[in-house]
Amino acid sequence: MDPVRQVEGCAYPWGAKNIDTDIIIPAHWLKTTTREGLGRGAFETIRAQEGNIFDDPRYAGSPILIAGDNFGCGSSREHAAWALADLGIKAVIAPSFSDIFSGNAFKNGIVPVVLPQEAVDRLIEVAKTEEITIDLETMTVTTPFQDRFTFELDAFRRQCLLEGLDEIGLTLARDTAISKFESGAAEARPWISVGAGNEGVAIEGDRRT
Amino acid sequence: MASRPLTLYEKIWADHVVERRDDGTCLIYIDRHLVHEVTSPQAFAGLRAQGRKVRRPDLTLAVPDHNLPTTARVDAAGNMLPIADPESANQLSTLRANVAEFGVPYIDALDARQGIVHVIGPEQGFTLPGTTLVCGDSHTSAHGALGALAFGIGTSEVEHVLATQTLLLQQMKTMEVRVDGTLGFGVSPKDVVLAIIGKIGAAGGTGYVIEFTGEVIRAMSIEGRLTVSNMSIEGGARSGLIAPDETTFAYLKGRPMAPKGADWDKAVAYWRTLPSDAAAQYDRSVQLHATDIAPSLTWGTSPEDVVPITGHIPDPESFADPSKRVAAQKSLDYMGLTAGTAMQDIGVEHVFIGSCTNSRIEDLRAAAAVVKGRRVADRVRQALIVPGSGLVKRQAEAEGLDQIFISAGFQWREPGCSMCLAMNPDKVPSGERCASTSNRNFVGRQGPGARTHLLSPAMAAAAAVTGRLTDVRELMSADA
Ligand code: SF4
Repeated sequence: MDPVRQVEGCAYPWGAKNIDTDIIIPAHWLKTTTREGLGRGAFETIRAQEGNIFDDPRYAGSPILIAGDNFGCGSSREHAAWALADLGIKAVIAPSFSDIFSGNAFKNGIVPVVLPQEAVDRLIEVAKTEEITIDLETMTVTTPFQDRFTFELDAFRRQCLLEGLDEIGLTLARDTAISKFESGAAEARPWISVGAGNEGVAIEGDRRT
Repeated sequence: MASRPLTLYEKIWADHVVERRDDGTCLIYIDRHLVHEVTSPQAFAGLRAQGRKVRRPDLTLAVPDHNLPTTARVDAAGNMLPIADPESANQLSTLRANVAEFGVPYIDALDARQGIVHVIGPEQGFTLPGTTLVCGDSHTSAHGALGALAFGIGTSEVEHVLATQTLLLQQMKTMEVRVDGTLGFGVSPKDVVLAIIGKIGAAGGTGYVIEFTGEVIRAMSIEGRLTVSNMSIEGGARSGLIAPDETTFAYLKGRPMAPKGADWDKAVAYWRTLPSDAAAQYDRSVQLHATDIAPSLTWGTSPEDVVPITGHIPDPESFADPSKRVAAQKSLDYMGLTAGTAMQDIGVEHVFIGSCTNSRIEDLRAAAAVVKGRRVADRVRQALIVPGSGLVKRQAEAEGLDQIFISAGFQWREPGCSMCLAMNPDKVPSGERCASTSNRNFVGRQGPGARTHLLSPAMAAAAAVTGRLTDVRELMSADA
């Protein structure tokens, strides 16, 4: 993943609440086996409407989306984050996010910025004409009118974004600790692996461990 | 010895911490991982690209469900029928190739055990109390019904769990949702969870793990508890736990993947230590009383848009919050409804009984009890019964439920996600209305332009036979 320090530019001044993952990317787009190309299906039902914000030339290609409460609620589909990324969105500003969506966003280099409703309302006004800046070093959102809103990010996730870290690689480096935990757990709760009991279920292949 | 009283969540969490980082993030061990065809292809591709393996295939179980058509799967000669949609077929064959390559245990489409991932986990005894369980699907919360810390994850996390059998997580806040009293006639677990979501709101549980407690929950079967925990996510919570008890142990005993012999005894002894301590503190508590819960359903396009069946479509102007007013008006436009209409005056063209919320044997029994001796109303174009698994289907057939449904004019289908999401051929056409036992009434969820009312299996069955949203209590007492 590429490091993310700052997201700067136009923003879609949307503000809609409870935007669920079926709106972000409808289920019929989930039949893909790759991460790419989902931008075509992003917000499909919204974009079918005349004069929608995503096809408004003033905002086309904006790296920032401003939304309302509970953005990304619904399904765990990471396709929602892939679709936003494919649209060129690098940050979403909203008063709250679903827990699963914000995890998925981070893992794809999209910054979920939580700000109070008043701040979001103000940014929607500003974004109609001006660019805004999200800075991960200072954890602020600023506008050309001297607005300055600070936000919080989980320290580890922030570090991953700033340094573009590969989480799986980081965890694999903790292999000794994981193995140690596994043998302790096998003592304390032997039924966890013994009881997996999936004999009789198809298993084959080269990459078996 | 624990120095302070702990909740069920805190106990499971503490037993799965591999490492705690300075920033408070914990590396958490994952005991159980369920995999299906939609959210796994990119994860397996990621492993392959990095030359990585699956760390613990023995703790992993894969099954196809979302894409599978629910029409006949084999021809008269027993040969598998091709899947018409090439993209669905590709996703299904990709899963088959991935599990073979990585040695992941797999239940195939033609296996009698195949079904919706959240139905087969408990049914096989793969889901156990006190375990951490994940799946690339938000309704993984369902497994919390057995006292597992279970939650949905994205595909990057699926890849992380496949490679490391762990996840990096922050501890959540805890919310107790207590429901005391005794449910009235015709009131089901689905009504309980709809009432809860109506009360806390679709984002009410965000950041929290819910624990469902109280007499009503204790009195429920595991199947009913699965319905409640399943929809925790519709209330914003990633997980919804229910403490394991004798009902849980009785349900699990003898299941194919549950512990056996001495391991069973050890497991039960451990499971008995898990319930929240009497003095444990929750960050937030919500209470409901059974007498306030009627058969309920949704009127709008958010699962929090809940009314009792005796109620009316609310007036958007009645909402204090201006953005809620706008949302409600939009919902009504989409749903083709007007404020003030009695819920029971709304006609339906489709009925769907199925999904991981309500496709287990008790759900089918509840629906059959309403359907028996009646017929699907003329205005209902399509009435589907989709069992949650091949084993549920078989059980229902052994009890003769299939015949009750078929002779009433329902279609009796093969197991899968079906009309819960518009991904396989089962869809609701644009502008038509569906009484559905599934869990999401989002815009377009059951097909572009589809209008969904979420309700219980008995209420869906009642709507099927009258052709309109109906109070199942009245319908059934008319019999007596
Ligand atoms: S039945 Fe519906 S909610 Fe459940 S896993 Fe399938 S698509 Fe998801």
